[in-house]
Amino acid sequence: MVTTAPATKIPARTLPAARRRRVARALPAVVLGTLLGAIILAPMLWLFLGSFKTQQEFLESSVWALPGQWNFDNYAQAWTTGNFPLYFFNTAISVVPALAVMLVLGSAAGFALEVLVWKGRSVVLLTFLAGIMVPVQMILLPLFTVYFRTGLTGTLWPLFLTYTAAGLPLTVFLMATYFRAIPREVFEAATLDGAGLIKSFFLIAMPMMRNALFTVGLVQFFFLWNDLLIALTFVNAGKLRTLQVGLLNFSGQFGSVQYGPLFAAICLNVAIMFVIYLFLNQQIQKGLVAGSVKG
Amino acid sequence: MNPLFGDRRTTLILVGPALLIYSLIILVPVLWSIGYTFTQGNAISGFTFVGFNNFMELLRDSKVRDSLLFTLKYAAVLTIGQVLLGYLLALSYVFVLRRSSTFVRTLVFFPVVLPTVAVALLFQQLFAIAPQSGMVNSLINTFGGESIDWLGDGASAFVVIVIMDLWRSMGFYGVLLYAGILDIPEDIIESARMDGTNGLSLIRHIVLPLSLPVLVSSIVFSINGTLKVFDSVLALTNGGPGTATSPLTIYMFQTSFNFGQYGYGSSIAFLLTLVCLAVTLVIIRSNKRDLTKA
Repeated sequence: MVTTAPATKIPARTLPAARRRRVARALPAVVLGTLLGAIILAPMLWLFLGSFKTQQEFLESSVWALPGQWNFDNYAQAWTTGNFPLYFFNTAISVVPALAVMLVLGSAAGFALEVLVWKGRSVVLLTFLAGIMVPVQMILLPLFTVYFRTGLTGTLWPLFLTYTAAGLPLTVFLMATYFRAIPREVFEAATLDGAGLIKSFFLIAMPMMRNALFTVGLVQFFFLWNDLLIALTFVNAGKLRTLQVGLLNFSGQFGSVQYGPLFAAICLNVAIMFVIYLFLNQQIQKGLVAGSVKG
Repeated sequence: MNPLFGDRRTTLILVGPALLIYSLIILVPVLWSIGYTFTQGNAISGFTFVGFNNFMELLRDSKVRDSLLFTLKYAAVLTIGQVLLGYLLALSYVFVLRRSSTFVRTLVFFPVVLPTVAVALLFQQLFAIAPQSGMVNSLINTFGGESIDWLGDGASAFVVIVIMDLWRSMGFYGVLLYAGILDIPEDIIESARMDGTNGLSLIRHIVLPLSLPVLVSSIVFSINGTLKVFDSVLALTNGGPGTATSPLTIYMFQTSFNFGQYGYGSSIAFLLTLVCLAVTLVIIRSNKRDLTKA
């Protein structure tokens, strides 16, 4: 049929057909994309709307209803009653220094394990690797005993120390694999120029590893910032709580559940991650996936 | 080899601090914890030696059996779910969404970075029944069904835990396996297409066998993580109702800190470690056998 049809009619017939075919081919993608979007976003949208509702709206209106007014009363209450600034400070002051120490010590060890040549380095590497598999439950009780006996339980030191150590195995391992990609000659040349090996580690290896350090730091940041088990074990004094422990205890601070402030408190915690994710989503995806494949 | 890289003092300065902190805070406590399994007591009351009593108790304790079974059930269901959903996501990123998949991938990955506590509290409200139905029960009501007391019963609470953790983690496995599928050389898929292999048979005969290594490593990673589940269950159900959704980790935590039995708590932690070790070894060994067969 098509071949016998006059030449002038061909474009008129194939164009809509082509477009229809293109639409038909795009349709599954659109449907699937929408479906996935809905699965992820619907709970969050519901959470966001709920954070503006009054207690009365929660108890009496339909769950689908929009909030009557857009004011920030719930957020104000989550901020003050939920001690948000204090808990944020506690989390940051334990996590950020732990990250810094872990990255410096971890990459130094990774450098020594991969670039330097010494007896027993494979044993040490295996020792670090074993730490990735052992459940945290295996270290909690002795550490609690030590922190308790030394009087550290009333401070944030247990979190800083435990976070630093708990992140080391993966950091050492990942940094060692990153150093594997750099030819030894680079460090050799630098060291022959008169800089000591330690100096060339800090002045050449560390700057070269900028991206790797950033990726590993990002991965560890999420592990530590979202940690519940370690924080719950070592600090339960109200004023030392981290964001996660505070949020877990949030609904317990009122007699009955205050829905609006609870939703607002959850929203605040989600918002922190949302802001970070907005800017760094590609690096975060790559980093977290790399952290697992090698682990 | 250049003697430059063999300097002992340099090695010690670079690897020493990390090794020291790691030994003091991880290695020594692990061994110490094993020592605790032969004792009774806690940090405040002190410890007394009880020999193998804790291990005998482990065998007798029905709560240990229940929480071990829960841990295994959870790990099995979640590992299958995570890898299966992740693989389906990955396939649809590559073959359905194609170039437009970056946005969807990024969106579905987002819950991965959210604090578990926040997600758990959100899901408590989503599946709430009283005093006000959450989104899920409202949906059920809209379609004429009866509200379900999701978290009031062990079996349905398990369903909520699984749904929540899949929602939280599927984006991660999606990206992980997506990277694995992208690693398959383009020309292999192209030439299979030329030969007329398409759709499901392309996936079954070409894509699936070639992405097997990354599938196995995601199964290992998933099992290792899910056997240690703590945060999400603690924040969502706190092991309840009763102890119906209590994995080994939560039973260990309660035994140690609510009842002050460090010796017995350490024994439960030790059991968990053995389970992790055994499962990992089994997977690695069975995987090796398959490779030699092929």
